Amino acid sequence: MALDPTVIKKDFPILDRLVHGKRMVYLDSASSSQKPTAVIEAMSRYYETTHANVHRGVYTIAEEATGLFEAGRASVAKFVGAADTSEVVFTKNVTEAINLVAYSWGRRYLNAGDVVVLTEMEHHSNLVPWLALRAERGIELRYLRVTDDGLLDLSNLEETLDQAKLLGVTAVSNVLGTINPIRLLADAAHSAGALVLVDGAQLAPHLPTDVRALGVDFFGLTGHKMLGPTGIGALWARAELLEAMPPFLGGGEMIRDVRLDGFTPNDIPWKFEAGTPPIAEVVGLSAAIDYLTAIGLSAVRDHERDLTAYALTALQDRYPDLVVHGPLDPSLRGGVISFNYKDVHPHDLSQVLDESGVCVRAGHHCAKPLMRRLGVGATARASFSVYNDGADVDALVDALATADRLFA
Amino acid sequence: MPGLEDLYREIILDHYRNPRNRGELPIPPAYAETGFNPLCGDEITLYLQLNGDCVDDIKLTGQGCSISQSSASMMSMAVKGKSMAEARATIRKFKAMMSIHEQRLDGADDGSDDDSGDSEDEVEVSLGDLEALQGVVKFPVRIKCATLSWNTLAQALDHLSAVQP
Repeated sequence: MALDPTVIKKDFPILDRLVHGKRMVYLDSASSSQKPTAVIEAMSRYYETTHANVHRGVYTIAEEATGLFEAGRASVAKFVGAADTSEVVFTKNVTEAINLVAYSWGRRYLNAGDVVVLTEMEHHSNLVPWLALRAERGIELRYLRVTDDGLLDLSNLEETLDQAKLLGVTAVSNVLGTINPIRLLADAAHSAGALVLVDGAQLAPHLPTDVRALGVDFFGLTGHKMLGPTGIGALWARAELLEAMPPFLGGGEMIRDVRLDGFTPNDIPWKFEAGTPPIAEVVGLSAAIDYLTAIGLSAVRDHERDLTAYALTALQDRYPDLVVHGPLDPSLRGGVISFNYKDVHPHDLSQVLDESGVCVRAGHHCAKPLMRRLGVGATARASFSVYNDGADVDALVDALATADRLFA
Repeated sequence: MPGLEDLYREIILDHYRNPRNRGELPIPPAYAETGFNPLCGDEITLYLQLNGDCVDDIKLTGQGCSISQSSASMMSMAVKGKSMAEARATIRKFKAMMSIHEQRLDGADDGSDDDSGDSEDEVEVSLGDLEALQGVVKFPVRIKCATLSWNTLAQALDHLSAVQP
């Protein structure tokens, strides 16, 4: 069933606000999405009726809070197609999920000379943990490069993966929008004997996610980009991998026993969840998953692809000098459009657009190696979610005329 | 709510479109210092040529938004031909203008020129055209754009003071 953004907009109270006296047009969902009433109310209701620490008390609301928390885990497990809820570890975001893998799995299994393959389009969160491990352990990093069309260059895939222990790759580029061929990459990596870690930050909110169909080993998602709250994300990993990994952070919750001369870790997934977790945030994430699932991720994808197609045409028809980065075929990309306009700096573009109530991101998008590949210091980026419509795109296109007047 | 005209004054756009003192100087005798704004990826490289205590020549390269580029252009004009003490005084005055609305803890200056050591013999300087950048303080996230070149200049002067007794 097709998604109706005019109905959906009503579920997001923030979209009613004005900026500089104009209707706010929010086009920065790749950075952080807005939240529907269902998510906001689920979190308030939890605090108003149920809050207590989880996995500790035996009294009624403690049981209820634990029930909600673990139901949230089951919800994430179902959402990503996990085989079992024990494969879902709550983290604060994808950044922490990747760091968990780098610190726990990486430091247990990677030694000097071991190869990790990454790509030139990774977010800093999938580069820095591995660069740190290279500095510490002397692992070797190799990179799949980006073609002029904004796709991963797979021409030397086998050679690059030769002897590799891990391939780390984003499912959808947060800059180019490129949807990477994860299944193909995973098969190639496994043939080479490497595990596959996927940054799903830009996939989970926008396309159906099935970790087993993708054939990957580690998958990270982040709640605040998928209509949920900040401070909550998840690492999915195959159970046998989690079993064989040492704890990441130490503290309460993650232990079975503590003696003065040592400790025994808890079972998975709690082994990786030290300290009181963000309980209300899990409740909010669960509500966000319910909201997205009710719409249907296929309908979300169709809507965002059509909107992206409309935006690409509208921008380039009106501004022939506007450069869009990444693949121009909407079927190859998510709802993320990074662009540069003449010599106008993206900061100035964003500032001018704000005057019209249009919110777009300007900067390097935590992908400086990719900025260097594109030959720019920064880009402006408009990105879409379920609540955006053609009128939002029109507002963006119209507002760019002010930049023309001021700077061009 | 402040409008775009508070930010993009004509003189700022003029310096952005026609940046002054653009280019490089041979190293040595010049000294180069590069500054980054990690938030937006802007970067600037300053080339400073001293003659004794005087900033004999200054050039700059780099990329950035209209605010960072125009601020750098105006800065280069403001300090070229000035003494080190005058240059430092100009940095202090400019950064003070940029921090009008910032919360101060203990009244401490956040500038990297705290330990410049010459605050006692304060020099009178005028900001002139730089006053046009005053509107930037109404757009707090852009203050770092405006101060990038100034922080870079302060680092360069600190370095040069350390190596030249």
